[in-house]
Amino acid sequence: MRIVLAEDHFLLRDGLIRLLQAYGHEVVAAVDNGADLLKALTEQQPDVAVVDVRLPPSFTDEGLRAVITARRSMPGLPVLLLSQYVEPLYARELLASGGRGVGYMLKDRVTNGSQFLDSIRRVADGGTAMDPEVISQLLVRKERDENIGALSEREREVLEWVAQGRSNAGIAQGLFITEKAVAKHISNIFTKLNLLPTDGDNRRVLAVLAYLDQ
Amino acid sequence: MDRTMQLGGNPAPAEVRGFSASAGFTGLRRALTLCWMSIAGFGRALGVTTAISLIGPGLGLVPRAMERVRALAARQRGLAESWSGVRIPGPPGPLPTAPEGASGAIARYRWIMSDPQTRREFTWILTDPIAGGFLAFMPIAFVLSGFWGIFLAFFGIPLSTEWDGLWYQFIPIDGQATAVLAGVLGVLQLPLALWMAPRAVRKHALYTRSMLAPSEQELMASRIEHLTTTRSTAVDTQMAEIRRIERDLHDGAQARLVAMGMTLDAAEHLLETNPEAVRALLIEARESSSKALEEIRNLVRGIHPPVLADRGLADAVRALAMVCPVPTEVVVDLPGRPEMPVESAAYFAISEILTNVAKHSHADRAWIDIRYDHGMLRITVTDSGRGGADAARGSGLRGIERRLSTFDGVLAVSSPVNGPTMVTMELPCALSSPKTTSS
Repeated sequence: MRIVLAEDHFLLRDGLIRLLQAYGHEVVAAVDNGADLLKALTEQQPDVAVVDVRLPPSFTDEGLRAVITARRSMPGLPVLLLSQYVEPLYARELLASGGRGVGYMLKDRVTNGSQFLDSIRRVADGGTAMDPEVISQLLVRKERDENIGALSEREREVLEWVAQGRSNAGIAQGLFITEKAVAKHISNIFTKLNLLPTDGDNRRVLAVLAYLDQ
Repeated sequence: MDRTMQLGGNPAPAEVRGFSASAGFTGLRRALTLCWMSIAGFGRALGVTTAISLIGPGLGLVPRAMERVRALAARQRGLAESWSGVRIPGPPGPLPTAPEGASGAIARYRWIMSDPQTRREFTWILTDPIAGGFLAFMPIAFVLSGFWGIFLAFFGIPLSTEWDGLWYQFIPIDGQATAVLAGVLGVLQLPLALWMAPRAVRKHALYTRSMLAPSEQELMASRIEHLTTTRSTAVDTQMAEIRRIERDLHDGAQARLVAMGMTLDAAEHLLETNPEAVRALLIEARESSSKALEEIRNLVRGIHPPVLADRGLADAVRALAMVCPVPTEVVVDLPGRPEMPVESAAYFAISEILTNVAKHSHADRAWIDIRYDHGMLRITVTDSGRGGADAARGSGLRGIERRLSTFDGVLAVSSPVNGPTMVTMELPCALSSPKTTSS
């Protein structure tokens, strides 16, 4: 895949480039600020962009803003945001820029290379990759809600995986249960949350997120 | 209370200008109230003097009587401000404590004189029934005199014969002409009374201020005391905060990094002999690094939340509301960003209040309102819970109050049993111009 990378920290940028190349991807541009990122995205039209939220010159949410601007002119441009912390508010803004092909992960996740690359691939394919922490923060909010309160421990766990954009097979593998069990859990969750089950993984994610963030 | 307003003198309240009947009638009504208050003041003056001169030991009654005087003074202050816009700063401190074992009239008198504000109130209560009462009674006297003149125009002649001669002001009423003259004079006095009434009320307020207002020096002294207290509180809070951060780092991230180093060291030794064990150790090291990062993240959130730094108070509070277990609505009307320390104090105050709402209120909804006017950041957090928070007035609320006081901010809680609970905070601050985004 052709990847545009935006990360201002030299060590991390270097590490990410090496990681991505090790998995056989091409980093077509590696930039360290918001303006350059916007330019690189327009010029390179990458398969996916991996972007740090906090970038110079403002060192605030420069990366997020650049990405949202870029997606306005290039709808559906797959973007995976990385951050030292996750903020459900930013997740919502990112999703609002068009639900397809977005991801929002903690930077820590890059330490697990294969999972990280998995997320990049999902996003590039138009899927969603939400950090479990976004979901668990939103779940706190819903704790008092009768519906969510009724979810069992296992179902909550499955829900977090679903919201990350995993397929049933992926969840089964991750939680060491059978796919059939996963499907059963998911249908229970959807019933309890009053969501209509749909086919695509991505729509499942969006439905869950939309429900959690009302 | 905006303490800075108390210093640097009071702007002179607007003069009463022109003539309007409605203002006149309002003025008369107010003057009448002030008269009644002077009579009440007379009662309290009697109370104080009696308490001083009573035979018997102890101070007992005098402070109680002065307490009542102070309450009356507070009412006068309120009226002066709302009626005439005359701001009279309140007493800088509470009544002085009575010395143990003091007895006799002299000791009581000395107690009153020991505190400038109490001394001032004592003088005020002795003079107000006369001087203040006179000012307030002036317009009313003109009204009474006016009606008396009109009355004499009709019934003056028979009354004069019965009383063997009668004077209306400077007119001896001895016939039709002088009686009519008295009537005309009387009628003329009524508009005069209306003209005078609002002015008399204002003069009364100014007089009350001259009697009651603490001197600049006393206000300065109390201000210095306030600053000293809040400064030491701020330093203590900051120190405690730094200690907490140090401890968290020491027990958390630092310990994890040490463990990680040890794990990696073990892995290095096992590399040749037991690659399988090395794999497990490496996974362990990675998990340690994740844990360390997580702990640092939580620590940073507690020091200065990134979303607050990125987006400012409005979005940071929205983010708080998003993850609050109680559904919370946020309304923000801020034309710019407050200074960083104020922003941070406001954020953590709201965060703490929301935590309280989620923990104790049993509320199913909450509302946050943030607005800015007249140099004041006003924050209201309301919840639909069961109330009763004021009675419990936990250390949490007092902690918020203490931290806000560093910025001259105040906190008020209204929480009747069965709710709703409303926490209001006010922070004087300046706003920077809205940040222009470069996107």
